[in-house]
Order: sequence, then C-alpha cells, then structure tokens
Amino acid sequence: MSALGATGGPAGTAPEPRHGRRIFAIWLVATVIVVPLVIWVVGPHIPPVRNSQQANDQHAVNVVLAALAMPVLLFIWVYFGYAIAVWRQRPGDAAVDGPPIEGNPRIQLTWLALTSVLVLGLAVYGSVDLLTKAGAGGGEGPNPIAKPSPAALRNALQVQVIGQQWLWTFRYPSYGGVETPYLEIPVNRTIVLHVTSLDVAHSFWAYELAVKADAIPGNDNVAYVTATKTRSFQIRCAELCGLWHGHMNTTGQVVSDSDFATWIAQQQSQYSGVTKELPPYSHVYYPQPIRRAG
Amino acid sequence: MEAATTTSATAITGKRVRPPLLDYNVIWAVALGIGGYFLGHFLGARIGHHLDAQSMSDQDDMAIFAGFIVATIGFLLGLGFFAYPVSRILGRPATLREGEEHGPWRYFRLCTDHKVVALQYFVGVFFFFFVGGLNAMFIRAELTHSNATLFQAGNYLTLVSLHGTMMLMMMSAAVLGAFGNWLVPIMVGARRMAFPRVESLTLWLTVLAGVVLLSAIFLGGFPTGWTGYAPLSDQARGGMDAYLFSFALIGISLALVGLNMIATVMTMRAPGLTYNRIPVFVWGVITTSVLAVLAAPVLFAALYMGAFDRTIETSFFLPSQGGSPYLWDNLFWFFGHPEVYILALPGFGIVLELLPVFTRKPLWGYRVAVAGMFGVALLSFMVWQHHLFVSGINANLRPFYMFTTELISIPTGIIFLIGIGTLWRGRIRLTVPMLFCLAFFFNFLIGGLSGVYLSDVPSDVTTHGSYFVMAHFHYTIMGGLVFALMAAIYYWLPKMTGFKLNDTLAKVHFWGMFIFFNLTFFPLLAAGMLGMPRRVSSYNPSLHTLNVFVSSSAFLLGASMLVLLINLVWSQIVRREPAEANPWQSKSIEFQLPTPVPAHNFDRIPVITSAPYSYGVEDAPPVADFGAQAGHGGPAVAPEGGRA
Repeated sequence: MSALGATGGPAGTAPEPRHGRRIFAIWLVATVIVVPLVIWVVGPHIPPVRNSQQANDQHAVNVVLAALAMPVLLFIWVYFGYAIAVWRQRPGDAAVDGPPIEGNPRIQLTWLALTSVLVLGLAVYGSVDLLTKAGAGGGEGPNPIAKPSPAALRNALQVQVIGQQWLWTFRYPSYGGVETPYLEIPVNRTIVLHVTSLDVAHSFWAYELAVKADAIPGNDNVAYVTATKTRSFQIRCAELCGLWHGHMNTTGQVVSDSDFATWIAQQQSQYSGVTKELPPYSHVYYPQPIRRAG
Repeated sequence: MEAATTTSATAITGKRVRPPLLDYNVIWAVALGIGGYFLGHFLGARIGHHLDAQSMSDQDDMAIFAGFIVATIGFLLGLGFFAYPVSRILGRPATLREGEEHGPWRYFRLCTDHKVVALQYFVGVFFFFFVGGLNAMFIRAELTHSNATLFQAGNYLTLVSLHGTMMLMMMSAAVLGAFGNWLVPIMVGARRMAFPRVESLTLWLTVLAGVVLLSAIFLGGFPTGWTGYAPLSDQARGGMDAYLFSFALIGISLALVGLNMIATVMTMRAPGLTYNRIPVFVWGVITTSVLAVLAAPVLFAALYMGAFDRTIETSFFLPSQGGSPYLWDNLFWFFGHPEVYILALPGFGIVLELLPVFTRKPLWGYRVAVAGMFGVALLSFMVWQHHLFVSGINANLRPFYMFTTELISIPTGIIFLIGIGTLWRGRIRLTVPMLFCLAFFFNFLIGGLSGVYLSDVPSDVTTHGSYFVMAHFHYTIMGGLVFALMAAIYYWLPKMTGFKLNDTLAKVHFWGMFIFFNLTFFPLLAAGMLGMPRRVSSYNPSLHTLNVFVSSSAFLLGASMLVLLINLVWSQIVRREPAEANPWQSKSIEFQLPTPVPAHNFDRIPVITSAPYSYGVEDAPPVADFGAQAGHGGPAVAPEGGRA
C-alpha cells in the first residue's frame, strides 16, 4: 500500500510522508480495537435472539458478517478521513494540480484478488451453512434439499400454516387435521411447517424463532424450526397482502411436550364440529380468487 | 448532418412558423389527452360489458385501459409527434430539427434540441421526485403511531405504492434523461442525439407516465407497492391499471433512451474520440443503457400479461386457474434487479467523472473502472432470484444466487478502488459537488455492506421483507444515486441553464441531507433486525420510540430537500446571476464551451485530442481542437489510441 504510483512530490518540496504506512497503521489499530468489540461486546446483542436452533444459527452468521464487515468499513473510513484531513486544499493554498498518476496494475490485481477471496469465502460459508442447517429457517419450497437429520424428521411434528386475508390459521394433520387460529408448538422438537395461502401472497414470519416462509397460493412452502425455549413469539405477515397487511399478526407459543398434548386435545374437541366441514387436509388449496376486493 | 448545420433551421423545415398557441404544445396535448381518455373509456366500456369479471363489479378495467391508450395517442398528437411521420408519408422533405425555433415555447412541445429536452427532463423528473418525497413524508407521519391512526388502510397502502413506484420510475429517468441527454452529445462532440425525435418522445412518455400513475388516486389507489405482486394485483382496484399502464410507458421510454444513447455513442463520436478517451460518465450511461434495453422489454411483457389478467381474464398469474404468481415474480425481478443497477451505474459515472476535477488528478485506473461498470451490468442479470430466497421457488438454486449476488461486490468494490486511487495525494477541493461525491462513498459503503447480510441466505431469512431491506436499498439508491445526482446538479446545472446556484444554500442542503439521511435510514436497519416488516401501518409498540426518532429526522431530511428547491427557484428563476464558462477549472469538453452553450454546441465538429483527465500532466494538449476542420480524418492532431 505504500505507493499507489510514482513516489516523490514535485521537485523542490519536502519529501512526501509515507501516507500508505500511516493509513495502514491507523487502520490496523482501529481494526484490532473494533473487531473484538463487535464480536464480544456488540455481538451478543445482534438479533435474532437465540430462541431456536435456526435463530442460533442466524445469530452466529450475523456476528461473523459483522466481524468481516468491520475491517472493510474501517479501511474506507480511515482512508477517506485521512485523505480529507491531509490532502484537502485549504484557503490560500496554491492552485496546483496533483501528481498525474493513472493507475497501478499491481494494486489493482491485489485488490481484485482480495475481494475475490472474500466473496468466495462468503459464498462457500453461506452455502455450507444453508445446506447443513436445514435451510436456516427459510422457506424451501415443496421439496427441500436442506433437511434436518432423518432421526429428527421421524419424530417431527407437521404443522400447516395457512395465510389468508388477513389472518393466520394452523392445521395439525397428525391430529385429525384440526384447524385452529392459534399456533402452539412443543419445545425441542423439529417442526415441519407447510406454509401455503388461500388467496394472495403472504409471508409467515415468526420473528423470535427466526423463521420466514412465503405463503404462495398453490404452493407448499416447507420450513423447519426447532424451538429451544418455552416462550411466546410474534407472528407477522412479511409480504404485502392488501388492506390489513400491517394488522395480520398473532402470537404463538412454544410449550412443553405435556402442555402441547393437553392443548391439542382441547383444540380437537373444541373445533371438532368445524373439522368435519373442512376440506380434507392437503398441501395446497385452490379456492376461487376474490376479484376486485380492494 | 453537415448539410443541415450549414443552413438555418427555418430554411430546412421550410414551413411557416405558426403562432405558438396554435402550434403543437402541451396545452393541446393535455386537452387531447383528457378528451382521449373519455373517448377511450367510452369505447372500452362497449367491450367490457361483454366480460364476466367486469360486469360483476363496479369498475371496468377494459374501459380504463382503453382510456389510457387513446389518451396517450391524443397527448402525443397534441405535442406534434405525428407531424413528422405523416409529412413523410405525404412525401414532404425530412427535417432534423423540430420545434427549435419557438422561443420559450420550445420547452412546451416536441423539440429536438437535446439541451432543451434535458431541461424538460430536469423539471419534469424533479416535479415527480418532490411528489414522491411528499408521499414519504405522509408515510413517516403515519408511522409516528404504532397503530394506524392518520390514514385509512387503503390510502396508506396507496401512499406507499405511489412513493415506491414514482421514485423508481423517475429516478431511472433522472440521470439518463436530464444529464445524459444534455452531456452525451456534447461529450462525444456531436450536435444532437442520434434520434432526436425519439429523445423527445422518451421525455413526454415519462411525464405522461407520472401523470397516469398519479391518476391511480382517483381510480381507487393500488395496494401492491412498486413490486405489483400477483395475485394481489389481480384483485386490486382500478389504480392497479394506472400502475400497469404508467410502468409500461416508462418501460418503453427506458428502452428507447437506452437505444438512443448507445446509437449516439456508437455512431456520432467526433474524430479522435477513441474508446479509451470516452469520459467515464458516458461509459456509465452506456452500461446503464445496455441494461435498460435488455431489461425494460421484460418488464413490458410482464405488465402486458398483468393487464390481460385484469381485462380479458387470462390467468398468467392466477394459480387457481393454472397460472403462477412465480411467473410474475420471475419476470418482474428479471427486470427489477437490473433496474437497481439502472439506478446505480449513472451514479458511479457521475462520481468518477467528478473526482478527477476536484482532486486535480487523472482518473486512477480508467480501464478498470469501465470494466467494473460492465461487470456490474453483466452480473445484474444473474441475481434476480435473491429477491425470492424464502418464497419457496427453486430452493436448490439458492447457493447459486447467493454466489452471483456476492460476486457483484467485486465490480462495485472496483468503484471504491478507483475512488481511493484518485484521492491518493490529490489536491482535494471540498466544493459542494465533491462533498456529495464523498458522501456517496460513505452511504454506498453502508448500503453495500448491509447488502452482504441480505445476500447470505441464512441471514436473509430474518432480514427479508423487513425494514432492513428497505433501509438497505435507500442507502444504495438514495444514499448512492440521489447523492450523486445532487453532485451532478451543483456541478453541471449552472452550465446547463447559464445561471449560478447559491453556494451557502448548497452547503446547508448538503449537511442537512447527509446528516438526516443517515439518521433516518441507519436506525431503520435496526428496526428491520428487530422485527418490523415493510409496508405496514401498524407495528410492535416496542419499536415506537425508534420510529418517532426516524420520522423526526425524515421530516428534517424533507426540509433539506426544500432548501434545494428554494435554491433552484431563487438562483435560477429570481436572481439569475450569469455562470462562468468553467467555474471548476474542469478539463472536460463541455466546460470548454461558452455559457450558455450555443444552440448547436459546436461551430465545427471538434477533433478530440486527449482524454478529459490530464490534470497535472505537463504540456497536456487541450481536450479538443475546436477550430479544426470537421470531416474525414482532420489534421493529424490525435494519433488513434493515444491517451495523452
């Protein structure tokens, strides 16, 4: 970095200070201070909060990305700050032009190599993470490629999430296809969410569990989640779905296995009359579209 | 072309000049446009009555579309766009110049002078830009409450949709239209664009698109945002038709602007203007044009299908009848992502063009900069499904789209490298345009780094569709393009109009805009991470304080834009202090011309002798030889390929 081009200033002036080394030194000090701060002080507070395996994973990714972004951010800030402070023309300075440096292939190639390595590293990291962490909580369409372990899948609970203007309902196929307006899931058990819609596009976002899957009519969008804490969580629609999009939210509960068994039995009896009238459980439903509703 | 310039324009047109009010002008255009709408609506209703979907509701989309189509024809008729083809069919002689001899009235009709069209673009685009900005103020006002209080739900969504669509439409026209049209012919040493009538057509289509989009307010609004996702778009009220039609007009306009720019640069360069002497701003325009030409037709096709779904009951996007919402998503984002770079690349061009002037150094790494812009343009066609990471489409391809998306940071990184190299040991002059350029790098860096989170699928699961995305693209589009656009205004507008801009107001504008832009959008990155979805009018009350803070600084950001408006009105209309020919001591060709620039730019076509960045080069030749004889070969001033 010490020379971006020809060295030395115009003849007859004092030799140029070694700007490159100074900038590098400032950057190094700033990086050494800031990166540990970002990882260990700010890091634990970076969302999402670790309430599920998926949230844990996304949290780790966000901390890694923040730690990688800091040196880049600091380099640009330090460089531009240095340039403005040192090379700025002040009132009274002679109006002369700068040194006519037109480029430096070595620096250009180094820069390209560095950014390429960074980008390739990020892509590999992201892909491996996506494939090994069961989709990291994102919707994966009807035939997911990134799945939990076969053991976890055998024991998994299937839950269908149905979006419609402007509410969420949930069907539990292994409990007689009962449909309820409440979402409760057992803790520490893999949940297979089948997200679909009856009318327009919605997006199921369980913020505290770090799950998001678009609800597209005619599509069975599968996402996996394993909650690790018993707590309530917000469910919000994250895809513009018409008039009351902002109000399409509800609250879900992560409960213990025994609480879940009690709750689902209660739902089955409460909605038994409704369940009989429902269409049979299916991955997608094809209702008539509502035209010109506003 | 040489023949045309040796004789006066009136002699060429060979027709009597009518009184301006009776000649083609925008008054006739508006009258015919409104009349045309009602005629079209009447005819469309005759057809619509036979369609089920129309007869079952209180609105007739067929009539609305027919109204828009006939209105467009009437509008263009009133401006004089049919005079030329009709006169050619009747065997009258061709003219290269139309409406250039009409005094002030030339600003209100079809005019083939590229400098007139550029100023028309400037005024038109900025009018709609301020309308879009006003929408943003209303949105922020609503969000000072965690529960919808100010606007009815439908009106709020219409505000959101109008803000997004208006800004996207107008910002894609802003740089190419106002600055591309003014600068490209001069920078390539030509007297006009390759297709001057098409140039004027693109302007008036843009203006009409803005008006048609605003007419959505009277047609019941539309709830889809600028993305127009199906099947919501199919159930929306008549405002959706205005969205589809106005976006289609912009699509046509964009594709034509692109073709015109490419043709101008390819065919009308002055002698000596080799490819490695073309100013980097022109390269920015070329790469943008390539994107516009390739992407806009895809948008047009998607809108066409959407209009068919709404009128004659096709089902391209309706899953219950065999269509697919994913088809719209794919087509829209195949246009939509290049569109993002249609917005970004002109910004790169402006900033890289200005940096050498204000560091008094040659552009560092010219060829790499151009390669970087082409790299961005190429890659932008390979990333569109990153908008659909959690939608359930093509899940197996997510690693691919993650890779291509992250790949784009290599060519955009090059733009930063060029900035770094050009600043190195420069004599940095912190003028207002330079301040905006430096702010561009500051904002675009945050925009780029937040983009890395969105490109990473696991991280995107939470940030997708949240305020994080919204803050990210405001950092790239507003923090990037709009800041570059402001640099361009303070740098070039005095040259374009001939009148100085007030420097004190300019500095107030810069600091206000820079500070409050960051105070508005940086907290919104956090709001997204904390669980606030986009486009909502009610949100989790725990985010209330954050939103009140954001709204307050958004209002101050709006106030800083008012300072710009005051500056424009005060210095350009009230005070009118003549601008110097070359206030920035620039070596670029446009600043070697007198202010105001004469009607046909050059007495003789110049011979380009050097790249415009030879700052600090001893015995550097001037950028062009204006006295040289135009024509083939010219004097041996510039060996081909020499870069001085």
